Amino acid sequence: MNKKMVCVACPIGCPLEVEVNEKGEAISITGNTCKRGETYARSEITNPTRSLTTTVKLLGGKNPVVPVKSTSPFPKGRMLEAMKVINKTQLKAPVHIGEVAVKNILDTGIDIVVTNNDTGR
Amino acid sequence: MDRYDLVVIGGGPAGMAAALKAKECGVKKIVVLERAQTLGGILEQCIHAGFGLHYFGEELTGPEYAARFISLIEKTDIEVKTDTMALNISEDKTVTAVNTKDGLLEIRAKAIVLAMGCRERPRGALSIAGTRPSGIMTAGQAQAFVNITGYMTGKTVVILGSGDIGLIMARRMTLEGAKVKMVCELMPYSGGLTRNIVQCLDDFDIPLRLNCTVVETHGKERLEGVTIQYVDQNMKPIPGTREYVQCDTLLLSVGLIPENELSKDIGIELDAVTGGPKVDQTRQTEREGVFACGNVLQVHDLVDYVTEESMIAGRSAADYILGKSSRDAEFIETITGEGVRYIVPQRINIKSDEDIKLYFRVGAIYTNARVIVTIDNKEVYNKRKVKLAPGEMENVKITTDMMKEMNKDSKLEIRIKI
Ligand code: SF4
Repeated sequence: MNKKMVCVACPIGCPLEVEVNEKGEAISITGNTCKRGETYARSEITNPTRSLTTTVKLLGGKNPVVPVKSTSPFPKGRMLEAMKVINKTQLKAPVHIGEVAVKNILDTGIDIVVTNNDTGR
Repeated sequence: MDRYDLVVIGGGPAGMAAALKAKECGVKKIVVLERAQTLGGILEQCIHAGFGLHYFGEELTGPEYAARFISLIEKTDIEVKTDTMALNISEDKTVTAVNTKDGLLEIRAKAIVLAMGCRERPRGALSIAGTRPSGIMTAGQAQAFVNITGYMTGKTVVILGSGDIGLIMARRMTLEGAKVKMVCELMPYSGGLTRNIVQCLDDFDIPLRLNCTVVETHGKERLEGVTIQYVDQNMKPIPGTREYVQCDTLLLSVGLIPENELSKDIGIELDAVTGGPKVDQTRQTEREGVFACGNVLQVHDLVDYVTEESMIAGRSAADYILGKSSRDAEFIETITGEGVRYIVPQRINIKSDEDIKLYFRVGAIYTNARVIVTIDNKEVYNKRKVKLAPGEMENVKITTDMMKEMNKDSKLEIRIKI
């Protein structure tokens, strides 16, 4: 079976065609212009993931929230579940890029880390 | 009157890259004027990932991309004036600006880089009938509310226009618990990147309605709903396709306009299609010593390209200040052929001793079309493209070898062949 998809690993968005066997494994991947496209296609067929970005509450900061992201692509189907945890989290200024906001979220082994600096008011 | 070698207007990704490059090339006194409280520009509210893959070789969020440049600037003696609004540029390259600390500033510069970015097309520029309740705003305003002040702007959302910010906000509002009912796009195709359609709409089952627009807004104090309607090929509403959609928020993502009030002040001619100044390959405008880069020049879809372009402008400004600009010059205009909406740079110096990248956008969606470059009707480049879309900027390289074949009357054209 052939599956068509768009690689979202980078903004170029190459159109991919993936040949899938009965076991649901990718046998051949075409259309990608770099290696990441291949990795993307494989994961999209078995366990689709996306980078998760949002904000968490920040006490005493210049802004009342600070942006965060998942340290690696996050299982697509569990994003809203993760949002519930993140929205309950609160950090205190100062915060810096890379600081962990939520460790090992939903036992995925993925951390949620801060993506901007806020030195506080 | 203060004297500087270089004044950079705008401290977003364009201004920061231009200033840094100029510094690296040996310019001494540089000042960056930024209207907001911090450097970073629009990147500060673009908390999603997808930045930096080309330039840094890794995927960063907007604030992270900006932070890398901010920390580089902090390591130099480039002066930064935030909360500072540039008001005017005069013929002799004096920039008038104002802030609460210095009051009125008059800065005489040897060169100026325009890096003011762009703004969103407001609702006023669109004619939608109906009431004017609250709950109608541009996608970028909503983005600032949600991502910077942590304030959710509504619970049920309709988005008009499928530009990237609109698509990104569809996902953002959904993640924060809002119900995004649909994205309406007047054109038969989306103006955003395909990847954003996939990961911002398809992932959350948000419908994208093409050839469809909002014709009326309803509600007294707060928006209560909108009427949508499909349009035909001539953009005329099709009778009998009106539909009422309940929503408390309408986000507009209907295009970006380069902010060129300052450029107009000094009489710089703007390209009618890009809305930005006309430039040559060094990104110099028609005013000597005034350069432009980033979204003020042409609206980009990738910040990485903004950085690339701004480094060209920064380097050229340095050459100009240090008297290293090439004196050997012969200009020709680039010609937009069939299917091509615009080309930047609009003119090139064919005496250049470096290859030149021409950036362009097509006017419609093409599959398996060819990008063809001709010099005096002779093909010098012909490449098949699986896909070409108005939302995705393309580029071709004009080599020095090609330029050797040209003279001041040569015609350099890019066109699309189906
Ligand atoms: S295949 Fe490579 S170049 Fe193409 S979209 Fe994916 S990551 Fe980008």
